[in-house]
Amino acid sequence: MTHLLEVKNLSVNFPTRNGVVEAVRNISFSLGKERLGIVGESGSGKSITGRAILRLIKKPGILTADYIKLEGQDLLKLSEREMRGVRGHKISMVMQDPKFSLNPVMRIGDQICEAYQLHARVSRKEAVKKTIEMLEAVLIRDPERVFKAYPHEMSGGMGQRIMIAMMLIPDPQILIADEPTSALDVTVQKEVLEIMDKLVRERGMGLIFISHDLNVVSAFCDRVLIMYAGRIVETCRADKLSEAKHPYTQGLLKSMPQLERRVDRLEILQRDEAWRTAPSISGIVDVEQA
Amino acid sequence: MTTKNNGGRRLAPSSSQNLLKSISPWVIGFVKTTFTVLITMVGLLCVTFIIGRVMPIDPVLSIVGEAASNETYQQAYRDLGLDKPVITQFFIFLWDVMHGNFGESLLTARPVSQDLIRVFPATMELATVGIIIGIVLGVPLGVIAAVRQGTWVDHIARVIALIGYSMPVFWIGMIGLMVLYGKLDWVAGPGRLDIFYVDIVPSVTGMILIDSLLAGDMTIFWNAVSHIILPAGLLAYYSLAYISRMTRSFMLEQLDQEYIVTARVKGLSETSVVWRHALGNVKVPLITVIALSYAGLLEGSVLTETIFSWPGIGSYITTALLSADMNAVLGGTMVVGLVFVSLNIFADLLYKVFDPRAK
Repeated sequence: MTHLLEVKNLSVNFPTRNGVVEAVRNISFSLGKERLGIVGESGSGKSITGRAILRLIKKPGILTADYIKLEGQDLLKLSEREMRGVRGHKISMVMQDPKFSLNPVMRIGDQICEAYQLHARVSRKEAVKKTIEMLEAVLIRDPERVFKAYPHEMSGGMGQRIMIAMMLIPDPQILIADEPTSALDVTVQKEVLEIMDKLVRERGMGLIFISHDLNVVSAFCDRVLIMYAGRIVETCRADKLSEAKHPYTQGLLKSMPQLERRVDRLEILQRDEAWRTAPSISGIVDVEQA
Repeated sequence: MTTKNNGGRRLAPSSSQNLLKSISPWVIGFVKTTFTVLITMVGLLCVTFIIGRVMPIDPVLSIVGEAASNETYQQAYRDLGLDKPVITQFFIFLWDVMHGNFGESLLTARPVSQDLIRVFPATMELATVGIIIGIVLGVPLGVIAAVRQGTWVDHIARVIALIGYSMPVFWIGMIGLMVLYGKLDWVAGPGRLDIFYVDIVPSVTGMILIDSLLAGDMTIFWNAVSHIILPAGLLAYYSLAYISRMTRSFMLEQLDQEYIVTARVKGLSETSVVWRHALGNVKVPLITVIALSYAGLLEGSVLTETIFSWPGIGSYITTALLSADMNAVLGGTMVVGLVFVSLNIFADLLYKVFDPRAK
């Protein structure tokens, strides 16, 4: 078996009036049937990486890479039409805030049916049935009612579960979760994560979990990439995060308050200009090892 | 789960209560709307009444003429009720208007209400055809300009709109008549019908396109189409300029939203993303723009009506104003006000249909 996804030397640049902004710089990583966390601060390029995999970089952004291989097939060589067959069907994405990522004037059920019927040639009746099943799978209590409801009638947690249902209904192989819980209340976060985790495991999918929350990532992922200024500065197993060697990762860990230990004053992250220019570390794992 | 379901069923028998609950917002809404309309219309009545009194026009003089004797003048003065106190005059005016009586027009020597019934459908016909063409062409033009932002398509759309904004209507109208009617003879000339077709079909709605269809007379229908196409096209171009620009800016705003990314992530084609998801959200603000344009057209475009000899409300009010025919002016003003108010209510209703958040 090869990797599900292999990305080699991915860069995303945005030409602006004041020069080129290098949002992502030559990063390489692989994804198996695992849960890969990408952690980094705002502007480190983690969200852009997620969108680059789907080739959804907004103009005038420029995406370059040696290849982005999905099961050995290079996505960069596909036409836009072929790429549409990949989006949703093979790789899907859950975004940050369900308040903005659901269409406000379409019924929830119609939005989910649309995602399903696009890739599965089924009748409307079957699509409705499957949608209701999917809403049940994300633990929505009254799926028939929610089917007919509009997004503004839902709470944040429900909205994100609906989003997960919508993105998983065409049975993709990879789910990119772009800060799926940062717009939610802490109490709801765990619930949503658990639902997502369960579904991803059951289906044997690959998950790319983008977050700035180290605790969440270390609890829910198998492997972590730490990004800084558009590069991968460190990669490690999620449970070994506390043993991270890179000063940036260590700094991030130290700047988090802890329940067990009393700290009067949290440390401030001291940045080193050398991190910015240091070459990216490969996030590709050998197949045997994975 | 089970207890919840039971709870839901237990509520079901008391359906009369539910019915009341579901109806009452509509009733409240209806009462509120009626109230708003009444207040607005009374306000409008007051304003028109005051305008009618403060205008430096002697209504008596414009009836009896310069050469009338003093007795004739006094007689007419009393007939108009001008010797009564202003407040009494106002209530007489109010009473008359409520009974659809706007007095007699000096120019046509007929009741103003009859004149309005004749001229307003003409304007309405012209404005409706105009706004429909304006929507059908303007909305897609704006959408395409937004999708192709910054390309030559966008620039052409901008130039088209700019010409629509800035070219004088009478100039385009005259050139249109000269070329399309005078030289090429592709369309019919001024007026609503050729002279030998006038007054053949019975007037039901006052709109010849509809009346001729009702009468099943296709010859007259096509003649009317041939007459209306140029002035309606002119009004359409004018509203198209506005509608397309507004559509473009609404679309740009919506295309930047996150749910558009979601739609793309699902694997939807650009066509679905733009026309289904983005335009679905643009519909709501666009209603206001279209309602305002339509109201503007219904007011009657004086220049267009004049050039094309279209017997509409715009030229009716203008002529009345120029000849100090105050009854006609006030009646016309009331109709225009009523049109604005009803269009606003209609737009509000459409909001509720298109935007689930507005319920």
